[in-house]
Amino acid sequence: MERITSIEVLDRIREVSKKQIEDSKCRILICAGTGCLASGSGEIYKKMCELVKDHPNVEVKFGAEIAHGDGEIGVKKSGCHGFCEMGPLMRIEPQGILYTKVQLEDCEAIFHRTIEKGDIIRHLLYKQNGLEYQEQEEIPFYKKQTRLVLKNCGHIDAENINEYIATGGYSALEKALFHMTPEEVVNEITESNLRGRGGGGFPTGYKWSQVARQEEKIRYVVCNGDEGDPGAFMDRSVMEGDPHKMIEGMMLAAYAVGAQEGYIYVRAEYPLAINRLKIAIAQAEECGLLGENILGSGFSFQLHINRGAGAFVCGEGSALTASIEGNRGMPRVKPPRTVEQGLFEKPTVLNNVETFANVSMIIQNGADWYKTIGPENSPGTKAFALTGSVMNTGLIEVPMGTTLREVIFDIGGGIKNGGEFKAVQIGGPSGGCLITPHLDISLDFDSLKKMGAMIGSGGLVVMDKTTCMVEVARFFMNFTQNESCGKCVPCREGTKRMLEILERIVAGKGKMEDLDLLEELASTITETALCGLGKSAALPVISTLKLFRDEYIEHIVDKKCASRTCTALRRYIISPELCKGCSKCARNCPVGAISGKVKEPFTIDTEKCIKCGACESACAFHAIHVEA
Amino acid sequence: MGYMTINNRRYQFTDEKNVLSVIRKAGIDLPTFCYHSELSTYGACRMCVVEDDRGKVFASCSEKPRDGMVIYTNTPRLQHHRKMILELLLASHCKDCTTCRKNGVCTLQKLANQLGIHTIRFENNKEQLPLDMSSDCVVRDPNKCILCGDCVRTCSEIQGIGVLDFAFRGSKMQVTPAFNKNLSQTDCVGCGQCRVVCPTGAITIQQNVTQVWNVLADKNTRVVAEIAPAVRVAIGDKFNIPKGENTIGKLVTALRMIGFDEVYDTNFGADLTVMEESKELLERLESGENLPLFTSCCPGWVKYCENRYPDLAGHISTCRSPQQMFGAVLKEDARMNKEEKRKTVVVSIMPCTAKKAEIKRPEHFTDGEQDVDYVLTTTEITRMIKEEGLDLNLLEPEAMDMPFGIASGAGAIFGVTGGVTEAVLRRLVNSNRADILQEISFTGIRGAKGIKEATVKLGEREVKIAVVNGLANAGIIMDQIRSGEAYYDFVEVMACKRGCIAGGGQPVPIGPRTKKARMEGIYKVDRTAQIKLSNENPIIATLYNGLLKGKEHKLLHNQK
Repeated sequence: MERITSIEVLDRIREVSKKQIEDSKCRILICAGTGCLASGSGEIYKKMCELVKDHPNVEVKFGAEIAHGDGEIGVKKSGCHGFCEMGPLMRIEPQGILYTKVQLEDCEAIFHRTIEKGDIIRHLLYKQNGLEYQEQEEIPFYKKQTRLVLKNCGHIDAENINEYIATGGYSALEKALFHMTPEEVVNEITESNLRGRGGGGFPTGYKWSQVARQEEKIRYVVCNGDEGDPGAFMDRSVMEGDPHKMIEGMMLAAYAVGAQEGYIYVRAEYPLAINRLKIAIAQAEECGLLGENILGSGFSFQLHINRGAGAFVCGEGSALTASIEGNRGMPRVKPPRTVEQGLFEKPTVLNNVETFANVSMIIQNGADWYKTIGPENSPGTKAFALTGSVMNTGLIEVPMGTTLREVIFDIGGGIKNGGEFKAVQIGGPSGGCLITPHLDISLDFDSLKKMGAMIGSGGLVVMDKTTCMVEVARFFMNFTQNESCGKCVPCREGTKRMLEILERIVAGKGKMEDLDLLEELASTITETALCGLGKSAALPVISTLKLFRDEYIEHIVDKKCASRTCTALRRYIISPELCKGCSKCARNCPVGAISGKVKEPFTIDTEKCIKCGACESACAFHAIHVEA
Repeated sequence: MGYMTINNRRYQFTDEKNVLSVIRKAGIDLPTFCYHSELSTYGACRMCVVEDDRGKVFASCSEKPRDGMVIYTNTPRLQHHRKMILELLLASHCKDCTTCRKNGVCTLQKLANQLGIHTIRFENNKEQLPLDMSSDCVVRDPNKCILCGDCVRTCSEIQGIGVLDFAFRGSKMQVTPAFNKNLSQTDCVGCGQCRVVCPTGAITIQQNVTQVWNVLADKNTRVVAEIAPAVRVAIGDKFNIPKGENTIGKLVTALRMIGFDEVYDTNFGADLTVMEESKELLERLESGENLPLFTSCCPGWVKYCENRYPDLAGHISTCRSPQQMFGAVLKEDARMNKEEKRKTVVVSIMPCTAKKAEIKRPEHFTDGEQDVDYVLTTTEITRMIKEEGLDLNLLEPEAMDMPFGIASGAGAIFGVTGGVTEAVLRRLVNSNRADILQEISFTGIRGAKGIKEATVKLGEREVKIAVVNGLANAGIIMDQIRSGEAYYDFVEVMACKRGCIAGGGQPVPIGPRTKKARMEGIYKVDRTAQIKLSNENPIIATLYNGLLKGKEHKLLHNQK
């Protein structure tokens, strides 16, 4: 790899790479995001490689070093496209065709028909409301999004630095190093109103300026890639699909605050992200974009990767720095704050992946441009992991201020199986629920906070009428309780007790006093817990108790779960008019709860019944069902 | 410097490091479990929460005082939170208060009473864990642990050892040695400082009370007690006697009433130590070999040095500790006394938990016989006195038994940091002139500082001295000695901060005021003593000419 020692070399490489990409006749991009990998994209990738290899006219090299210009066809391991519901995904350029749910068997056809002859394989195209979409950009899921942070994800080879450079990568760094002072970089970010995407929405520029003005000269830049919310994968997609964008953001931060060393803390559950980051750092080091005297500017920066060991709490700033230092990952009291005494007790800029990924475009295009996207107090875009009972689950990026309705019904394609929208859980275990009246509120830091919810890291779980809200609260409380570090009493003991109460309620053993006790516990935990995670641990309960109190009462007083989710509250009954008296149900019942005379309707002793559902599946006449 | 408003009254603050200190200075005893002024701020118990004028609730231990701050410490909201936190703690805590060692001195129990927790709405479903009885010094009962981390921080920050830490997370969190080892399998030196700071019964003293009652009841034994210097200024705490007051006379009476056959003073043992240790120091100074000389009185320190600095362990004085010298002398005396048909049992009354391990070390057996049979801590002897139905405060003082009942003031000051050094210097300077004694005490070896340095002229030679208390401080000095960065001729180390007066076996709580009163108490014993120098103790001379003749090495030194 050529060493990039000056702007001139960087610019030349950018032009050459750009031309190579433009020149390459055909590019096959197979999504290698975790979702697609799980549904077999790795096999598809291998198969396509084989097919291309066998092609008599083309010679192609494989692996990380695979170059697009060497042959006419390139197979790239691209990052996540975000359209996980439809994976494995394959994009074919220059036509921009997106094939969805590609199977191994399809590969031959794709190669022989699409690559060689230019035909479209229609059954692999995405269809919605009777329409077929040939090009990726036309699909509503993508069309309604504004992809800035995720722009390159799925479109460039994440394992090749030159492709990032070709898209204009590292030009912001170039601009900062040679045309801006560190103060100007801080000011530009402050001016842009960029707010931390990790959940709290703290103004990034202000954070940087606080670090920059510390007396201590050794400073660190740390990237929080410990994305721990269940169902969230925005940061993972950036690290996997466009690692250099984040690295460039960190370098800009380092230049701005005068740091020479940075750490990326990635959870060990993201092996692909770690691997991609390692490759990215190695390539950047090899070509001189990381290390001493970058681009001959005199600025030096080293980057290290630290793997987390699976603790949710390590997403909290002081627990994260403690973990990097080799200590037990537990939050500490503040002050001193991370900007004063963070990693190794030195002033530290700690931002999350998505925040750093925003930085280069702000420096490149200016704060004024950035402020044109989204509302004034929360400009820019936000990536969300859209999951749950929605048609198109996956990774999306929309301008801040987009409404929930747009996200769920336009981009998400509405509720799955024609169901009815009930609620959306936003912000993961630290967030709250929003319901139908909230569908038109603007998705930004401040509006959500007013609603008792938070953007958090950006998990969006859509729920329909088949979801039990008490169970949702129990689920998140179970998560928080398991992930509590155990340091402070309210979080350690309080979440345990809240979980016990919720478990009691879903098991039909709740009492009305339990609701008061839940609220009492929630207030103590929220107001006295040590860290942000503890303080927000009770939010899902507070929010569901406020919005769905009837459901709690129904569980406690009527011993019923309207969504039929809570097993313990199910009541199996046999319709006498449908029952033929075959006794199959009685024979299948493991506890002997069913009795009756042959050829006459059977009955279930609800006292004995353990709600296993064996009778329901055994009945050939659909005579057994759960009472609504 | 500034003013803040606490509960609508204005208070001045100066250099208090947190709001909690200002509140306490204002006379409001805000409850805490995890706050100790000498440890880092941990902020886990959340009991010290306060509310500001904007309704923000925060922990006062971790907030700096600011001028103009307006806070409230006991609003209904805070009362609710505090009670809830206590209820949560109690819910996962065994409630067998009446049978707990800490009954009456347990902070959890005290606060439950103070804050009026009468019902607990949660079931105690915590998994029961086994006790760790493996140490000779302390017992760990993880079931009584409230995870405040005081022991963890004491062991690592004050003692620099770090035997204990947290394992597991959430409600399954435990305080334990690494890899779930027993204390006896770790580097634990037995100092018992973890027990001193433990607010509940999770760490208590390994008890020998029953064994001692049994030997006291045995007609075929002659039970001899020796009382360490630091016991007399601490035991009064439990009998409504002003802090730091010397209670030795009453204690002698109490021990006799309990059934001890003879009662002696370990201060006399300390006099023996001064004689031997100063001789050893002079020899080493003359030969220039094996310097610095490390003191050997503190078994916690000795073990620490052996564990962490085995390469320097050869510098430790060969002198036995006062307890062991005295034990060996008492046993030898009994062996010589052909008329005595009973078996002699030596029980030492100590401020220290590590002494319980010291008596079992192989070098502390003479002719196959254990020199000291049992160690009772101040806390244990307090229990025995109470069990006997005595009130120490009401007893008429009595004098120690002879022939070992006279001790010098030099022996008494062994109970505080710097005391060993001062006693040895008195012996070496060998003058009882008041001005010279005062000069020695002003060389910088007294006081609560963790590391004290002094240079003293002995004849032509300048002797460089370091006086250290707290093992973390010992670690600092030892690293410097090892690297050659620092040079000393004599190094005194006491494992516990401020010395034995704050030892692991002393009555708790031991707050800053208690420590100060006990230190002053010890110096008062010295001030009122008629004999200031160990070598002026008449019994010392008698002993060297009699029993000890030709046996100094055997009885007073550890054999190599």
